[in-house]
Amino acid sequence: MFRPMRERAASATLAFSFDGQPLTGRAGDTVAAALLANGIVACRETPVSGSPRAPYCLMGVCFECLVVIDGVGNRQGCLVPLAEGMRIETQHGRRQFGEDAA
Amino acid sequence: MSQLGNSADVIVIGAGIHGCSTALHCALRGLSVILIEKDHAGRHASGVNAGGVRQLARHVAEIPLSNASMALWHDIENLVDDDCGFTSDGQVLVAEDEADLAQCRARVDDLNLRGFHHEEMIDAKELREIVPAVSETCPGGVISRRDGAAIPLRATQAFKRKAQSLGVDVREGVKVTKVEPDGAHWRVVTDAGNLVAPRIVNAAGAWADRIAADLGEPVPLEVIAPMLSITAALPAFIKPVVILRGRKLSFKQFGNGTVLIGGGYLGRAIRDENRTILDWHKLASNVRTVWELFPIMRGAPIVRSWAGIEARMPDDLPVFGRSARHEGVYHQFGFSAHGFQLGPGAGAVMAEIIATGRSNVPIDGLGIARFATQAGSAAHSAR
Amino acid sequence: MIAIDDISALSSHYDLVVVGAGPAGLSAAARAADLGLSVLLADENPAPGGQIYRAVTTTPVVQRDILGEDYWLGAGIAARFERSVASYAARCTVWALGPDETSPGAFELGLSLGSKARMISAAQVILATGAQERPFPIPGWTLPGVMTAGAAQIALKSAGIVPAGRTAIAGCGPLLYLLAGQLAAAGTEIVAVLDTTPRANWAKALAALPDFLRSPYLAKGLKLMAKARRSLRFVSGVTGLAAQGDRQLSGVRIVRGSTAETLACDTLLLHQGVIPSVNLASAAGCALDFDETQHAFVPRVDAWFASSVGGIAIAGDGAGIGGAESAALRGEIAAFDAARKLGRLSEAERDRQAAPFQAELTRRLRGRRFLDLLYKPAAQFLAPPADETIVCRCEEVTAGQVRDAASRLGVTGPNQMKAFLRCGMGPCQGRLCGPTVVELIAQTRGTTPAETGYYRLRPPVKPVTLAELAALPPTDEATKAVVR
Repeated sequence: MFRPMRERAASATLAFSFDGQPLTGRAGDTVAAALLANGIVACRETPVSGSPRAPYCLMGVCFECLVVIDGVGNRQGCLVPLAEGMRIETQHGRRQFGEDAA
Repeated sequence: MSQLGNSADVIVIGAGIHGCSTALHCALRGLSVILIEKDHAGRHASGVNAGGVRQLARHVAEIPLSNASMALWHDIENLVDDDCGFTSDGQVLVAEDEADLAQCRARVDDLNLRGFHHEEMIDAKELREIVPAVSETCPGGVISRRDGAAIPLRATQAFKRKAQSLGVDVREGVKVTKVEPDGAHWRVVTDAGNLVAPRIVNAAGAWADRIAADLGEPVPLEVIAPMLSITAALPAFIKPVVILRGRKLSFKQFGNGTVLIGGGYLGRAIRDENRTILDWHKLASNVRTVWELFPIMRGAPIVRSWAGIEARMPDDLPVFGRSARHEGVYHQFGFSAHGFQLGPGAGAVMAEIIATGRSNVPIDGLGIARFATQAGSAAHSAR
Repeated sequence: MIAIDDISALSSHYDLVVVGAGPAGLSAAARAADLGLSVLLADENPAPGGQIYRAVTTTPVVQRDILGEDYWLGAGIAARFERSVASYAARCTVWALGPDETSPGAFELGLSLGSKARMISAAQVILATGAQERPFPIPGWTLPGVMTAGAAQIALKSAGIVPAGRTAIAGCGPLLYLLAGQLAAAGTEIVAVLDTTPRANWAKALAALPDFLRSPYLAKGLKLMAKARRSLRFVSGVTGLAAQGDRQLSGVRIVRGSTAETLACDTLLLHQGVIPSVNLASAAGCALDFDETQHAFVPRVDAWFASSVGGIAIAGDGAGIGGAESAALRGEIAAFDAARKLGRLSEAERDRQAAPFQAELTRRLRGRRFLDLLYKPAAQFLAPPADETIVCRCEEVTAGQVRDAASRLGVTGPNQMKAFLRCGMGPCQGRLCGPTVVELIAQTRGTTPAETGYYRLRPPVKPVTLAELAALPPTDEATKAVVR
């Protein structure tokens, strides 16, 4: 959906995964921006109807970018900076309780 | 019917679930009714409570009224043309240890002796079948299987709408400033003019003490603000409402996955401003109990906390029945944070008392006379 | 500036807590710290700037002219804040604000940082929570591929990323033209700018034109418009929009009066102006009024931006839309008043020092009314006519359901509507549906938004996990008592 601009300041590259797929992102980006930059279309399915949703406002208002990060669900992807080795997953409906949900 | 007139057979003050229910049942009995509400129907306790429809763990004095109400809840759609979001998956009182369990057993034995059989003991195995998420250490509890929950504001407004459809004159946004005698009748002074009726019902909830004081029947009503919290939608993991025997907790997962957490921790009510102030330190204690009892809930996001404005009496029992001083005056308030379930039945019983002078449902111990002062020689005098 | 990255490093008490690190919050915090107040600036984002100056200290966009010279003004504001002695907690959410019951007149705030929560207290609070884009509900607006214009701008500023495919931008307001220009300069393929500005607005705005002609908005606006129009396909007079696609956007249906066409696109950016973010202010009990000109609920403030709750001021766009430069000035003015309330400035001294900022603010706001009137959204974008349009994105409640409840069930306000439909009860807490639900109820019942009222907002204004709340340090009371 998104792509990096031709001219973008160089920055460290971070390895992370989305639903098990290995991806890379730019240090300094939020999780939501990193997903957009990698062409990820949807990041969650709604609890009510299961319809796919993607980041909508990128400013912490809409809660459409909720994802599971390292086993913890309901994280606002647009407010969490990407970190090396992050395991990011689609949030499916009412998120299943993870073992490390605490 | 006295549509838009200033008199009726009955004036009900307060459009909580009790006032709405009494208005509805009076209308069903052919009485003309004006229902007055200073805000909108269900704005306070009736609209923002936990929605528990519970016979479990009630004071013996309330059980007959509660039984009458439960019969109506199970047929609620026929009564008000709306299912009120009512579901019946039981309510469970969890004993956290053997001492708790012994007390539960004593209570159930006592109820059985009195002829009430709605509460049943369950052992650890059945507890875990019904509430699989509960901590391994709980030895059992009590269940009331016909209990459940409803959506409070929706239910209260359904009663209002049905009452309206039967001709009740509902006046929202009208504030009562004074109640006084008017010949053989009662005059209700409001900010939108005076109303007159031979019979008035004081169902003014957290403001009912002011009406009672006008009538020379002061009561020690405490204004409280019980706090509740709700989580985002979670996978279904619990059906019945759960309450604890020892610590303060009530806990309910709705069909949409959200989980309501309550337990009677109090914020501060500012009733003249329709406002409450939450106490986060107490809410922290409230959710700490959940954290310990339901480990799978630990990562759940809390999306809202709030408090309603309610009336509590010193003995935690409602004031229900005729005035001790005046003909034509009836009290129906002070449900002390457990009045929602009682609403449908209490309205039916109140209407019966108003229309026929009596009811078969015993309400002993709930009268306002119990708060009459020592010098209350006036308690039996007619006005 | 003292950076706070662990919640335990916060003091238990501050003279002033400022919420939001946009131009208003940065200016308020820097000014208050200069006046000798102990100040905490708390902000959700990783870096200062708010949305308008988003990532101004960290942006990977190297070519400065892409974002325009106005954006870089934010660097100066951020730099000044960084030179101050205020404390700054980034990635810190303020989820509760209420009276401190242990200390009359003071406030208690609930904060979360790094998955830990804490309660602290403050003598004064300035809310600089800024603005959000007005909800723009059209059929299909929940499809992946549809986002706000502001979101695309944030992606550009903070991450240096731009929409990859064919991009359409729809709506009205100054940001629309600014963004179109920025994205085009950054290399995005913009297939159309779909302008929904109602033609009738021109007549209504005309009365305010003389002020506008003397305002700083004019030059800026003309420049933006000219830049965007030069190279892009402009479609004006758009009266209806629908996003189309199956699980992902494939195109946008455009209605202009009696004609309709479908335009294939991969990204659709929506913008219908901005409105104050009122959730925290409202949950704290600050009174809101419906501002007819801005067509939004706006907190009631006085000339010093003091709200109806003594001790809470609201600076910046959160107290009514005025733009970035006005926001910074409002922050300064609110800070002077906070210092006066704390006894650090006499009233005369406050008035003297604040005077130049007030004069500049008046100059800056001249012409605002013209913009508000010109870009007031058309009725069909405030209250979607198609019943199937989702209004509450969280709970997936449609316009038809809201209209039905308002007419058949007699629901008179948004708070009652929650009990029937659950709109406003999801995690966004009504931010994306509140204005629309109000509009639909008012329209159905023949009342006004002012009469209909807004959601009573309840804390936490941002979700807090049960674990965070359960772990609130029980010793907080004791700690506070010692520090004071």
